[in-house]
Amino acid sequence: MNSTAISVSDLSKVYGDRPALSHANFEVPMGTVCGFVGPNGSGKTTTIRMLLGLIAPTGGTGTVLGHNISHPEKYLPQVGAMIEGPAFYPALSGRENLNVLAALGGFPTSRVQGLLDQVGLGDRGSGKFKTYSLGMKQRLGIAAALLPQPKLLVLDEPTNGLDPSGIQEVRNLIKDLASDGTTVFVSSHLLSELEMISEYLVMLRLGKVIFSGRTQDLLAAQQPLLVAKPEYAVDLGKLFEIAKSSGHQVSLVDGALHIVSDPEWAPSLNRLAFEAGVTLASLAPVFPTLEETFFEMTGE
Amino acid sequence: MIRVIIAESRKLRRPTLLFSTMAITVVLSGLFTSLLFLLINSKDGNGKRGQMISPASLSLPNGVVTGFTSTATLLGIVALCIFAAQTAQEYTFGTLRNLLVRQPSRMKILGGKYISMIIFAIVMDVLSLIVSVIASYALAGHAHVTTVLWSSGAGYREIGHAFLNVLITTLGFGTLGMILGLALRSPISSIAIGVIWVLIVENLLALAVKKSGPWLPGYLISNVAEGGSVDISYQRGLLLGGAYLLVGGAIVSYLFKKRDVSN
Repeated sequence: MNSTAISVSDLSKVYGDRPALSHANFEVPMGTVCGFVGPNGSGKTTTIRMLLGLIAPTGGTGTVLGHNISHPEKYLPQVGAMIEGPAFYPALSGRENLNVLAALGGFPTSRVQGLLDQVGLGDRGSGKFKTYSLGMKQRLGIAAALLPQPKLLVLDEPTNGLDPSGIQEVRNLIKDLASDGTTVFVSSHLLSELEMISEYLVMLRLGKVIFSGRTQDLLAAQQPLLVAKPEYAVDLGKLFEIAKSSGHQVSLVDGALHIVSDPEWAPSLNRLAFEAGVTLASLAPVFPTLEETFFEMTGE
Repeated sequence: MIRVIIAESRKLRRPTLLFSTMAITVVLSGLFTSLLFLLINSKDGNGKRGQMISPASLSLPNGVVTGFTSTATLLGIVALCIFAAQTAQEYTFGTLRNLLVRQPSRMKILGGKYISMIIFAIVMDVLSLIVSVIASYALAGHAHVTTVLWSSGAGYREIGHAFLNVLITTLGFGTLGMILGLALRSPISSIAIGVIWVLIVENLLALAVKKSGPWLPGYLISNVAEGGSVDISYQRGLLLGGAYLLVGGAIVSYLFKKRDVSN
């Protein structure tokens, strides 16, 4: 059995003289949740469209579920996808829209009601798509992506337009699918959400892959902070000098000191502060979030 | 391909599209056939472009389908609009990407779509024929037209020929609509350009440029429904009209197969 769900090598797409994706190389292991992040216009949707056979690459190659992307008919029956938001026929009901796709893909229409229930549209399936809210449209898009009971699920911004409980439902759905062995390749601007669910991450900037690998490895490579707050604000200067004289980078943010340091230095700082007559109101290690890492790496 | 046809038929049978199209078909067929018989003594004529069609000629075996054939161009325009809209809407709604993810063979999508719309057009033409024949029988007495020959073997053959010719014309215009839909990727643009071209531009060109009629696609396709005319033979309409559609169809099919789907 193939161990990679997606693998691309030097994959490129040029529109006219504008490169949308340039020599991208990454792999997504089978059975994992892989976040796909990058600023707007960084080439995420272009990559997804190439993986789904919707646009032809101008260079490089790729495989999806072990098949070359030049033959999407070999792997698409096992792939579910929602690309750039949900697109359906406005005059048809949610259920009928799914029936159209089920008929097209050769899937039993008996699966449709179960999927509508799964995404919380069980009692609204008869309503016309044009009457749906953005959140409902998004849910229908997810249901359509789940129609083939996919081995690989490709979701482009699945939480757009969803309320917090909807976002949580999608997160849980992705976790459930992953625990059943489905590979999920998900692009999102909600980096905190991705951080919670993605074991792997592919990060793009200006059409280039700037990171691909385990999320944990990316975050571990970032420098943690110690956030220290003295009991009295007048002691900020003293504390600042203590950290700086110990060779650490220090900055003052919202009445607290952000000290670039290993968390293990915290007891030493506490001791030094005590010796200098400074009482600390709080001292906590803070690890960079995916969002902070993203901003640092993409320069956004 | 069968799966595409089933999927497409689900879209085509939605009540608003199906019932409104069939209602238009009934009204057009009933109206054109009724005018043919009700205006039989009018000095302004009761046929196309003020043509006089006498009770004697309507009493011939082909009289039973004269009203039906005169509806052909408008049935064709209806088909043009439906074929164009059903094709181009996949781009404007962004649904083409869903279709291609579920059925990656673009030619199967195109072929299935075309066949399902052909079936739709056949239903439309059958309904039109039924309405027109019923109206013809109902109004024949009022117009002093005898219907004896209509029920003869020759009459039935005429019905068969007329149906085939009107169907060719309907499908010809429908194909033109599909070509425009694929080329322009916008229902409004493709319908507007198609209808304006067929109903206005071609008529102006035919008036302004002598002997241009036999070269205009809309004229050629319409002519097939009438079984040929003085200006354009049936064979010419069929072959040259068909050739235009074949070339146009080949070009847009190639574009559909190769073009990136980026909306």
